[in-house]
Amino acid sequence: MNLMLPDSGLLFWMTIIFAIVFFILAKFGFPIITGMVDKRTKRIDDAIAAARKAEESLAGLAQEQERLLAEAKAEQARILHEAAAQRDSMIAKAQDEAREEARKIMDEAKERIREEKEAALRDVRKEVALLSVAIAEKVVRKEISTDKGQMELIDRMVDEMTTMSS
Amino acid sequence: MRRLLNIFMVFVLLFCTGTAALAGNDVSASADGVIPDPIGEPAEDVDVGEILFGHIGDSYGWHITDWNGKHVTIPLPCIVRSSTGWHVFMSSKIEHGHEYEGLFLAQEGRYEDKIVEIGPDGEFVRPFDISITKNVASLMFTAILLIALVLATARWYKRHDASEEAPKGFTGLMEMMISMVNDDLIKPSIGEKEYRKYAPYLLTAFFFIFLSNLLGIVPFFPGGANVTGNIAVTMVLALCTFVAINLFGNRHYWKEILWPDVPIFLKFPIPIMQTIEIFGMISKPFSLMVRLFANIMAGHAMILGLVSVIFVTVKLGPVINGSMTAISMLFGVFMDCLELLVAFIQAYVFTMLSAVFIGLSRQEEHA
Repeated sequence: MNLMLPDSGLLFWMTIIFAIVFFILAKFGFPIITGMVDKRTKRIDDAIAAARKAEESLAGLAQEQERLLAEAKAEQARILHEAAAQRDSMIAKAQDEAREEARKIMDEAKERIREEKEAALRDVRKEVALLSVAIAEKVVRKEISTDKGQMELIDRMVDEMTTMSS
Repeated sequence: MRRLLNIFMVFVLLFCTGTAALAGNDVSASADGVIPDPIGEPAEDVDVGEILFGHIGDSYGWHITDWNGKHVTIPLPCIVRSSTGWHVFMSSKIEHGHEYEGLFLAQEGRYEDKIVEIGPDGEFVRPFDISITKNVASLMFTAILLIALVLATARWYKRHDASEEAPKGFTGLMEMMISMVNDDLIKPSIGEKEYRKYAPYLLTAFFFIFLSNLLGIVPFFPGGANVTGNIAVTMVLALCTFVAINLFGNRHYWKEILWPDVPIFLKFPIPIMQTIEIFGMISKPFSLMVRLFANIMAGHAMILGLVSVIFVTVKLGPVINGSMTAISMLFGVFMDCLELLVAFIQAYVFTMLSAVFIGLSRQEEHA
């Protein structure tokens, strides 16, 4: 049966045509396409690797950020704490100072009061002395209004003087 | 009698169209038309065998269709070197039994429907014939189409930076198919290291076979020729694979053939193993050749047989003809879908087996 027998003319043409097709496609067709596809595949792989790397570094960055945030928070807490302590100490100091001042003022006031009192007492004493002298004068004047009384007084005084001098 | 035979043929066709077609020649030859035609129409028999072989085989002109009882045929150039020298003429010159410069189509015998001349002893002598037959024309068309398709794809890559953008539309489709064959078929079969050297051939083979198969399914011009279902075409393809296997086979490959690791009595005085290996060497591409040829030819025969059922049953009355037409249409659609699948699968299988055989010939010695 001639279906199973290869025809020489067709063999001849098929060889030529297939050779030409193969030559053209192997030179200008498939290698260019597959090469470009390979190139793109490589580029995509690279891009994926780079993306993974970036993701990793981003994760690291996030961690770093978190760490920084925690640090900042700790710092903030510390500062706040310090501020509170400082405030407290300042208040305490101010209170102390105020107390001291108040005490000083009180002391001064007391001193002055004492001084005033003493001055007043001195005045009173002076007044009393003057008053007593005046009373004594009046008494003496009354006693010396008579000669006898005068003499008695002189005597007494002389006695006194002598007893004092002896 | 003829009608009965026709009925018989219809059933046989339905179950096994190919066989029925082969039988058709003998059946109609022995039919004698005893029972008169009841409808009274001129009983022109539909010769399914002729239709089938006219299509499956090669021809000098490209018969497109019949129009008002006339053949519409594209004449193709015939190039023949006979005993009187070179002859170049159009196939229309030798149609219908005409003779041209001592050359004519043999009507019967070994060289039926081939250009012959009368030899000195009255025998038909086949001259050296490299005519552009229907299959050659179809091959050329396929080749041009394939080159255009692939170069159009390659041009996109030249004009664009492929690492920056991916192609769309047609180029994207081509890229997908090329990548599929290249990465999923050739690369794993041959191996990562050496596949690049063979990829252009295997890709060419794949797309050549695939495109030819697809064009073969297209029922009208310029498709419809039975290119990959012709043994000469598959033989060239298989020979290319044979060359690719054996020309670039490495030391290990040839050692496995000529001095395999078997007990010495199997290979020394009588080379038993060598004979087997060499037979295997030849049978590999031979199986490739026959597989592709038989699959595509059988597919064409099946579809044609199913379509012929419509014309064969015309004389059986409108009821049978109508129902048979419906059935044959249904089967025809099914077969066409199947053939689409087969077109791809056969191209795939041819490429894959070629790649596997090449991969085996490049295998390094395992320790």
